[in-house]
Amino acid sequence: MAGSEQWVLVEMAQAVYEAPAYHLLLEVFLIICIIRLLFFSKSYRPLDRTQLTEAEEEELIREWQPEPLVPANPSPPYLKYHVVSGAAGKFVTVDNRECLNLSSLNFLGFLESPRIKAAALSSLRKYGVGTCGPRGFYGTFDVHLELEMKLASMMATQEAIIYAYGPSAISSAIPAYAKRGDVVFADMAVSLPLQQGLSASRSNIRWFRHNDLDHLETLLKEQAAEDKKNPKKARVVRRFVLVEGIYLNTGNVCPLPELVQLKYRYKFRIFLEESLSFGVLGDTGRGLTEHFGINVEDVDFICSTMENSLATIGGFCCGRSFVIDHQRLSGQGYCFSASLPPLLTVAALEALVMMEEKPEMFKELREQCRLLYDSVQGIPGLTVGGNPVSPVLHIRLAEPSQSRERDMATLEAIIESCAQEGVAVTLARCIEKDEVFPPPPSIRLAVNVELTQGEIHRAAVVLRSAASHHLLE
Amino acid sequence: MGGKTPGHDPIANGRAGHVVHSGRNGVVKPQEEDSPHGLYKHPFHESFEETPMMVAVITYMGYGVLTLFGYLRDFLRSWGIEHCCNATERQEQKDFVPLYQDFENFYTRNVYMRLRDNWNRPLCSVPGACFDIVERVSDDYNWNFRFTGNVLHGVINMGSYNYLGFAENKGPCIEAAADVTQQYGVGVCSTRQEIGNLDKHEELEELTAKFLGVEAAMVFGMGFATNSMNIPALVKKGCLILSDELNHVSLVLGARLSGATIRVFKHNNMKSLEQLLREAIVNGQPRTHRPWKKILIIVEGIYSMEGSIVHLPEVVVLKRKYKAYLYLDEAHSIGAVGPTGRGVVDYFDMDPRDVDIMMGTFTKSFGAAGGYIGGSKALVDFLRAKSHSAAYATSMSPPVAQQIISSMKCIMGEDGTTIGLDRIRKLLRNTHYFRQGLRNLGFVIYGNDDSPVVPLLIYLPAKTGAFGREMLKKRIGVVVVGFPATPIIESRARFCVSASHTREMLDTLSKREGIVHPRRTSERERVSSCSCTSSFCSVHHIICTGSSFICLELHQHHRIM
Repeated sequence: MAGSEQWVLVEMAQAVYEAPAYHLLLEVFLIICIIRLLFFSKSYRPLDRTQLTEAEEEELIREWQPEPLVPANPSPPYLKYHVVSGAAGKFVTVDNRECLNLSSLNFLGFLESPRIKAAALSSLRKYGVGTCGPRGFYGTFDVHLELEMKLASMMATQEAIIYAYGPSAISSAIPAYAKRGDVVFADMAVSLPLQQGLSASRSNIRWFRHNDLDHLETLLKEQAAEDKKNPKKARVVRRFVLVEGIYLNTGNVCPLPELVQLKYRYKFRIFLEESLSFGVLGDTGRGLTEHFGINVEDVDFICSTMENSLATIGGFCCGRSFVIDHQRLSGQGYCFSASLPPLLTVAALEALVMMEEKPEMFKELREQCRLLYDSVQGIPGLTVGGNPVSPVLHIRLAEPSQSRERDMATLEAIIESCAQEGVAVTLARCIEKDEVFPPPPSIRLAVNVELTQGEIHRAAVVLRSAASHHLLE
Repeated sequence: MGGKTPGHDPIANGRAGHVVHSGRNGVVKPQEEDSPHGLYKHPFHESFEETPMMVAVITYMGYGVLTLFGYLRDFLRSWGIEHCCNATERQEQKDFVPLYQDFENFYTRNVYMRLRDNWNRPLCSVPGACFDIVERVSDDYNWNFRFTGNVLHGVINMGSYNYLGFAENKGPCIEAAADVTQQYGVGVCSTRQEIGNLDKHEELEELTAKFLGVEAAMVFGMGFATNSMNIPALVKKGCLILSDELNHVSLVLGARLSGATIRVFKHNNMKSLEQLLREAIVNGQPRTHRPWKKILIIVEGIYSMEGSIVHLPEVVVLKRKYKAYLYLDEAHSIGAVGPTGRGVVDYFDMDPRDVDIMMGTFTKSFGAAGGYIGGSKALVDFLRAKSHSAAYATSMSPPVAQQIISSMKCIMGEDGTTIGLDRIRKLLRNTHYFRQGLRNLGFVIYGNDDSPVVPLLIYLPAKTGAFGREMLKKRIGVVVVGFPATPIIESRARFCVSASHTREMLDTLSKREGIVHPRRTSERERVSSCSCTSSFCSVHHIICTGSSFICLELHQHHRIM
């Protein structure tokens, strides 16, 4: 090898030696040209040509007109709020009309419970209202720790963590685990706080059709095939499945047992959001896992708000310490926000005690749900979405028009007629442009355990007559 | 860590000031010489002393030692020599992809864990001028705590954001909140857009708008979410957000969720901001060069870790010149600064209409919870229709709303007393007194002279932990913070002055601190001191650092409260 190289060099030298003078001159000239081209020519730099002068910049700045911060004359005009005077309990005064309340998510009727109020008052006189600090900086109160322990023991998990605001529990918890590059399989019907959590995590999101585990399995198989191609990457890509216990947007129940089977086959972790099922499903109100008789440890973490059944403010997550403890430093809504006011914490504690003391209420609640479900069936022009065990039902137009606005207006008219008859129901509100899959417009009915059979029947009759008035004319 | 003060060379800034006010602590007056527009109507003093090189080196060494010990202990744990207290993965899921990357928790396991007793201390009283702490001890180096059953009474509270002293458990505010609890209950169980818009909320919003001097306002149940759930409604893809580098996490999260492009300017550095603004308008969006749809500048009133006040007059000049919109987060400043407690706009005697979006929280000065956004009627109407908080979150708890109404009326003098105004004045007096007291002791403190947030620089991580513990032994509750909440070499303690602090409390504090001081807590050496002193001090530092690590390592029953 070395020998042949040497030989080439010798040969080259010999060639130079033997070449005619004009040839050498030509070559030297060519080399000079190349060097000049390489180092001394003005290269093509498009940026240089767009370099603006100071005056040009000033002109651009003068000319630039931003869009208005918010649209000046919106069409259609913005939503007007209804004003509720006093508490929104079983009866509610909306715009000065007293109505039966089928819109608040106050399933257990705890909102007006004198016991909870008394507990909150005694806390108010001990701790005041605000905590004036995040959990880390003197915002942890003994009642927070008590509530966390109570929640953990009730849910039979190792640990629970509370947040000061319902939606921020789940939207902070998701990005604490799912990171860029991870894969989250999410149900298409998950509500917006979950979508925001997903968006904050910057993971790859694979949407599967609502409650369609076959579709999920197809996606998981695709993922498995991809993993096989790149096993090195597959070893660090975490896989999560995000579902709700009872979907706020549809009222359907998540098929958890089948999901758990898939979990061990495809090795993903389950995030379960139980805002509507905690304090509703199960013999003691522990939610979906109790409803299906599933070991709570099979779900990696459970997240729920305390704003529905418990009728206070805030949210919580529970699961194994290995999982939950991580949020104490990585859950942004936990670390960087003022903690939950003690009186609201104590209200939640008292509500949990009441749930334990009187588990019959869950059976009663289920009967009410069933009753409402049955009595709103078969209204001409409307369909019912949801499950008989669900405390919320969605009433939709059987034949929606092409225009979302028009459908909403029709439903609003029905709601207005109901209000005139003394029944308060509400549209399920959403910010359509921010939803990944905007749910179709619907009236959302919610059950309160304090409603009597007669009242539920009356509400159904009112709804039926309002619908026939507006839809069949 | 350069460019803390605009227009000043970072090195000149601490030391030059030091020369002028020798014996004092790097006080500079940037605005008086700097401001070309005569924008500032009264003196505006801010100080950020540059970390001395020696201290920086030693601090890095401190972290080095910690890291070495960390690796050693991780090694021992992996061989089963040291008992591992970490919570572990479920046996059935051992073959799953690990939930955490191993290095992710290295810092938590080996640094945070040793100092962890300084945070999350549980209170069992109202967080007023003094509070009671539930005593806890750890038998396994902070992995687990157990309660001894004792309560530490009367700890002076320098940690809570109780600027105007409205964290109270008796008085007219509490009585009003109690009545509302009886009448409404504590929850709402519905959203503002559905059936959770109570008359209390409407009343509060009207009052807030009046308080701020804006056309309309909207309130939200949580301060953090006010930012994270409303910024996405205001800006979208194709818009640009210019954000201060020290903005709060909630602002950063909101900006990220919005899908807009985010660019960061140096803290309170108007040159950096102007440069970004010019560049953005001239060049347009990256790649397509289309003009930006909107530009939103996001700043805070008082920065909670630095104690600095935003240079609002200059920001407003820039915003007008470049037609950007301004989002001002007054989480710490509302109630806390300004002659009538209306925040930084009041402080600089400016028109609230100069700020497009006035945001703030009720957690701090009002002793409640939640946040607000104020501005034009068009803005608020828009938010009422498009805010995520309005459609997806339960509305504010009625007793909390009542607490805000009562305390705000008190600040405005609408309760027929001057209690509110007296508290605002007392807060300012306390702030000046306390800052002066610490300066006289020779501590490095950051921030604006008028800011009730007083960061005291400690630099070394182990000293930070020791400081927090020693102070608690002397019945003073302070907040200590280190990396990642601050730059790695700038660990600090933070004091929040309150109107409810008495002169005696502040006096005891500076005296007691004097006791803690020589042992191993404070940063007494000055940059300008002669070199032999500082090298002596550094030796002292190393010994301190080493000894406190060894303490952490060896003490079997480290008593922690």
